[in-house]
Amino acid sequence: MTSKLQDWLDGPYAKATGRFPERRDEFRRSSGEPLDPIYVNGENGEAGPLPGEYPYTRGIQPTMYRGRLWTMRQYAGQEDAEASNRRYRFLLDQGQTGLSVAFDLPTQIGYDSDASMSEGEVGKVGVAIDSIDDMRTLFDQIPLDRVTTSMTINSTANILLSLYAAVAEEQGVGRDKIGGTVQNDILKEYIARGTYIYPPKPSMRLITDSFDYCTREVPRWNTISISGYHMREAGCTAAQEIGFTLANAIAYVEAALQQGMAFDSFGPRLSFFFACHSNFLEEIGKFRAARRLWASIARDRFGSENQRAQMLRFHTQTGGVTLTAQQPDNNVIRTTLQALAAVLGGTQSLHTNSLDEALGLPSEHAVEIALRTQQVIGYESGVADVIDPLGGSYYIEQTTDALEEEARNYIEQIDALGGAVSAIEQGYQQAEILEAASGFQREVETEAEAARDGDRSAGKLGRVIVGVNRFETDEDSDVEIVRVDPTVRERQIEKLERLRDGRDQTAVSAALDAIQQAAATDENLVPLMLDAVKQSATLGEISDSLRQVWGEYRERIVV
Amino acid sequence: MSDTSTLTDQIRVLVAKPGLDGHDRGAKIVARALRDAGMEVIYTGIRQTPDMIAEAALQEDVHVVALSVLSGAHLELFPRVVDACRKRGITPENTLFLGGGIIPDEDADALRETGFSAVFGPGAHTGDIAEYVRAHVPELDRS
Repeated sequence: MTSKLQDWLDGPYAKATGRFPERRDEFRRSSGEPLDPIYVNGENGEAGPLPGEYPYTRGIQPTMYRGRLWTMRQYAGQEDAEASNRRYRFLLDQGQTGLSVAFDLPTQIGYDSDASMSEGEVGKVGVAIDSIDDMRTLFDQIPLDRVTTSMTINSTANILLSLYAAVAEEQGVGRDKIGGTVQNDILKEYIARGTYIYPPKPSMRLITDSFDYCTREVPRWNTISISGYHMREAGCTAAQEIGFTLANAIAYVEAALQQGMAFDSFGPRLSFFFACHSNFLEEIGKFRAARRLWASIARDRFGSENQRAQMLRFHTQTGGVTLTAQQPDNNVIRTTLQALAAVLGGTQSLHTNSLDEALGLPSEHAVEIALRTQQVIGYESGVADVIDPLGGSYYIEQTTDALEEEARNYIEQIDALGGAVSAIEQGYQQAEILEAASGFQREVETEAEAARDGDRSAGKLGRVIVGVNRFETDEDSDVEIVRVDPTVRERQIEKLERLRDGRDQTAVSAALDAIQQAAATDENLVPLMLDAVKQSATLGEISDSLRQVWGEYRERIVV
Repeated sequence: MSDTSTLTDQIRVLVAKPGLDGHDRGAKIVARALRDAGMEVIYTGIRQTPDMIAEAALQEDVHVVALSVLSGAHLELFPRVVDACRKRGITPENTLFLGGGIIPDEDADALRETGFSAVFGPGAHTGDIAEYVRAHVPELDRS
């Protein structure tokens, strides 16, 4: 055994297992032979950096899934707070270990359900939240001191954080006890996802306000989940996903540094979110490369001395865009492969997509299969019993190196354009993503044409999508289509009317005025939003008061 | 054929995203593919109201209005766009209305009733969309 490995076993590993025992006393092969926590390259080989050691290529913790499995966190939310609360309690009953809230588009873009812009969209892609009344219902009978909650919310993240903290307070849970994440990543909204409201400058200020507030008041809260997922869904490559995401991260860090914050104080609360697509081995290399690259950026670019600020912690979702409407049962297999890659890549939490999501909203049965997929990987497959089991594979290590290098080049290009915000304004990432998406489409269609012509021998660069351009069948799918209750908007409007009738209008106006005045200064807006939501100001009212000061962003159209 | 007549013959397409949905990969891919197929394509960008789309269709005098929604709001939003267009004299008789997105078959049937001549879902080949447009635009009453 190398002395380096022995030092690690006696040092960080022993320390970690001393504090938190592993899931089992021993992990064994089928013959009963006990497994080591990690394997290195032969008895006299170089061990290299081990898990929990800079640059964290092999994982951020010394025990990884031997200590605790990843958090199984299914993204869910639909219709109104009552319906979504039922789904959350179902998922928790089924063994899910964290919540992940999907909001409808009006909530994400700062419109109340009764706004004209909300027509047709209320309760569709997630739950409609207009006020503290909805938020209270959403977490009814869910103890916010014991469950962590991830919220996919960006432009209105500070309002939702305020609502969450206010409801927790009503449950008797202090701000220092709540745990969770707001996505709060506006830059990828401009690039790919589209739920922006304000121009970049005030949007970045909302984010640094949350960094500052949470560092002081909500220590267990992840203030941002810097996301490659949506850029990948929009079409970018694995290397671009890392490069564009980390370039956005650099922009957030620089904005916070400009506000006088120290990297090592807010750095540990930065978290990341990636997609996992079907190229199994490449995806594993991608996660390892992202960890290593972020560690070096934190240390070398920002001078970090705090290890926790150098560790890239991330959530993964399997690739929505890889799901097919044709032969939807095949999506279970795709999702299984992708989930397995995310686990072999060392993810901290995971959402597995449901088989019917290329057709509509997921049914309860499909969601249950998706959760069971994670449980089978975690409890039956054995991949969680040793750390980074693929580390040292020639191909995995080379892929890790190559993706890191390629991603680094993208970051350099973005730096040369003046940073992520400036590059977005020039349409750089948008154009790169569209180019990659077009290339993908061309490959899929080349394959389809080859199938039509019966010509597969020409060596054309086609891409096979099983059931779509090869191995097609004519059978109609029998997937049930989940429908959103069309009366949800009317019910939200009635709730809003009752809310507005019952609240202290003078106090609401004063709270909104305070927000508007502070928006023109550099006073932190989060405490003012917390006051406003407690006075039953609505999400749309708070967003409108900021719209009046900051205006709205208009996209740069790249086709 | 003179340059002028080429321009007159060129098929003009408006690709638009009504509602709040920001998933524009499909809309952009279709816009590019139709442009590559020789058509003039105007893409509105995201978050368009029915009136904004109808106004753009009028200004650009398009043969085709192609709408994309992935948020599930198609049954509410698509017919509203047709209504807003009708108010400006743009009808399914003189303009081809196409839909795309995560649209169940039975919803596609309902949309055909409101004036949509075709709905293209996940897995559609962009070549098929271009071919469909080329085949059906000559049938429009553009007098």
